[in-house]
Amino acid sequence: MPVQDRWSQLRRFTPARIALGAIGHALPTPQVLDLQQAHAEAKDALYTPLEDASIQAELALLGIASLTLESAAPDRDTYLKRPDLGRILATPHPELPSTDIALVIADGLSPLAVNRHAIPLLNAMLPLLPTAISPVVLVKQGRVAIADEIGFLLKARLSAILIGERPGLSSPDSLGVYITYSPRPGRTDAERNCISNIRHDGLSYESAARRIAYLIREALHRQLTGVHLKDESETLAIPSTSN
Amino acid sequence: MSWSHTIHGITYKFETLRELLAKATPERSGDQLAGIAATSRVERVAAQRALADLPLRHFLTEAVIPYESDEVTRLILDRHNPKAFAPIASLTVGEFREYLLSPEADLTAIAPGITPEMAAAVSKLMRVQDLVTVAARCRVVTRFRNTIGLPHRFSTRLQPNHPTDDPAGIAASIVDGLLYGSGDAVIGINPASDSPASVRALLELIEAIRLRYDAPVQSCVLAHITTQLRALEQGAPVDLLFQSIAGTEAANASFGVNLALLREALHAGRSLHRGSIGDNVLYFETGQGSALSANAHHGVDQQTCEARSYAVAREFAPLLVNTVVGFIGPEYLYNGKQILRAGLEDHFCGKMLGLPMGCDICYTNHAEADSDDMDALLTLLAAAGCTYIMGVPGSDDIMLAYQSTSFHDALYIRDILGKRPAPEFEAWLERTGIVDALGRLNPARALPGGMPALLEANT
Repeated sequence: MPVQDRWSQLRRFTPARIALGAIGHALPTPQVLDLQQAHAEAKDALYTPLEDASIQAELALLGIASLTLESAAPDRDTYLKRPDLGRILATPHPELPSTDIALVIADGLSPLAVNRHAIPLLNAMLPLLPTAISPVVLVKQGRVAIADEIGFLLKARLSAILIGERPGLSSPDSLGVYITYSPRPGRTDAERNCISNIRHDGLSYESAARRIAYLIREALHRQLTGVHLKDESETLAIPSTSN
Repeated sequence: MSWSHTIHGITYKFETLRELLAKATPERSGDQLAGIAATSRVERVAAQRALADLPLRHFLTEAVIPYESDEVTRLILDRHNPKAFAPIASLTVGEFREYLLSPEADLTAIAPGITPEMAAAVSKLMRVQDLVTVAARCRVVTRFRNTIGLPHRFSTRLQPNHPTDDPAGIAASIVDGLLYGSGDAVIGINPASDSPASVRALLELIEAIRLRYDAPVQSCVLAHITTQLRALEQGAPVDLLFQSIAGTEAANASFGVNLALLREALHAGRSLHRGSIGDNVLYFETGQGSALSANAHHGVDQQTCEARSYAVAREFAPLLVNTVVGFIGPEYLYNGKQILRAGLEDHFCGKMLGLPMGCDICYTNHAEADSDDMDALLTLLAAAGCTYIMGVPGSDDIMLAYQSTSFHDALYIRDILGKRPAPEFEAWLERTGIVDALGRLNPARALPGGMPALLEANT
């Protein structure tokens, strides 16, 4: 019989797989099968298609123009083996209008995350942003750095890309946001700021929106993003209405 | 200089040392992505045969990345120790393999005479069993509050990550890990938020647990090193300073670091004098493919780039170094087979250069790998004397979204191979009754005096 761990009440503090019990050194059978199932769900999230038409329809209801572009990776398998193709557009130099902040939504490694969280996050973010974001650009088979090219084409001062993160066992649907000041092809990851783990059991839409708005404001003010721009939104005196 | 080798009337030419090394590398999706891999299996063997005939001395005259343009190359050549190199100075790469496999080789003595490129080169001629055999004979011992790397020891980093850095959630995972005998290498958190305030709060959380249970462990919060240094300046209780590093100056720049910054971190960490029995204050992570992913590989294959990052690491006498072998994804290591070989190569090269080498045995859900592949690599690495692995609750890292090794995995290794944790930590586990005198988990185990304050009020 598996030994039940005496501290199993601690499970309510974390979604981590704690107090699993053990037979000798091994996991009990239900816990082994839980892991197999979670792995299967994560693999499936990776291959879910981006629902670009319905996201565009919801953006239209918010009064925001949008369009869908494709990266140079024609399908999921090529996308996985050739990340370089996911960082550039299939058609170079499409005609795009100018905007101040380039907002990009890309499927990334979890289209499921984008389908679930992109619109609710935007609803929380939009009231906090200082300036225009239209048109929003959706990208199929996109990687983070494709926002450099798109931001450059939109002549934007800054780009923010909402993208599905690598699906985890407990988080097949985690959304990430990368912010880059003065986007242009060739920017490195050290020049970006990232907010990750946006999902129901992770960072809430409201907290994420606050951090994103803080980073965008600071980036525009200090004219940089990356390792020299720290997320100190928690330590700053944010006026509170709750007490 | 160029090389060639003829097989059945077909001559394969290799124009540079860089090209020779890349073409001799066992199949790897990252080198194919970079366009530098051998284009056929026979071409790969031709390169391996040419490489086997190359004198080791040649690595001191032809740099794979120019001395003038790369500070990692300068570090490698400036620090090369001719006296330590003397016993192997007349060997070719092929003879070097045989030297390493001979039982009388003194691997500790020659370590300062081996450049990363020499280690990478010889590993390309080795089978899995060679990588295991030679690494198992290397001995590297480091200290902070306990002793890492002694014979027949196998340590773990307790990795209690939480997607929002929730203190109670992190504390619950730490308790779980300690009760499964994990955490002697370090209790190390990957934070969701890269801010000095959050680094400090998490370090204080671990510090409170360490002091309450009088546990001989060290802590680390794996934010960017500049963030950790700011937390340190603000009075945070910093044990180990962490940084991801790579094997080229340009790749390190993409991480926002250079050698001068790492030197500053070494001095800042040592100035606190927090290690009770040693002053190895740095912790590094590496991984094949990082230089290519930063477009900073200079045409050098990913395994050689990885070995060069170990030259960076050894400059700063770290307590811990581990490759995060399957984290980077299928475009660099396509499947379980490639991840397995890469993990063993990295461990071998790190140990050859004198590093306390561990491994984050891991995979992501977009790679063609699963838990069976990880069990195979875990067992092989343990046989190779791997210094430590990760301990993640149920192998599922809920913050970084990948699968690593679990507390249970470490128990499996200790059980089947008769390995034990660091001696100071082992004594603590026995003292607290978490394990019995044979090292077996006590079913009625608990932390002495109850749960951490953070959890106690709620339990």
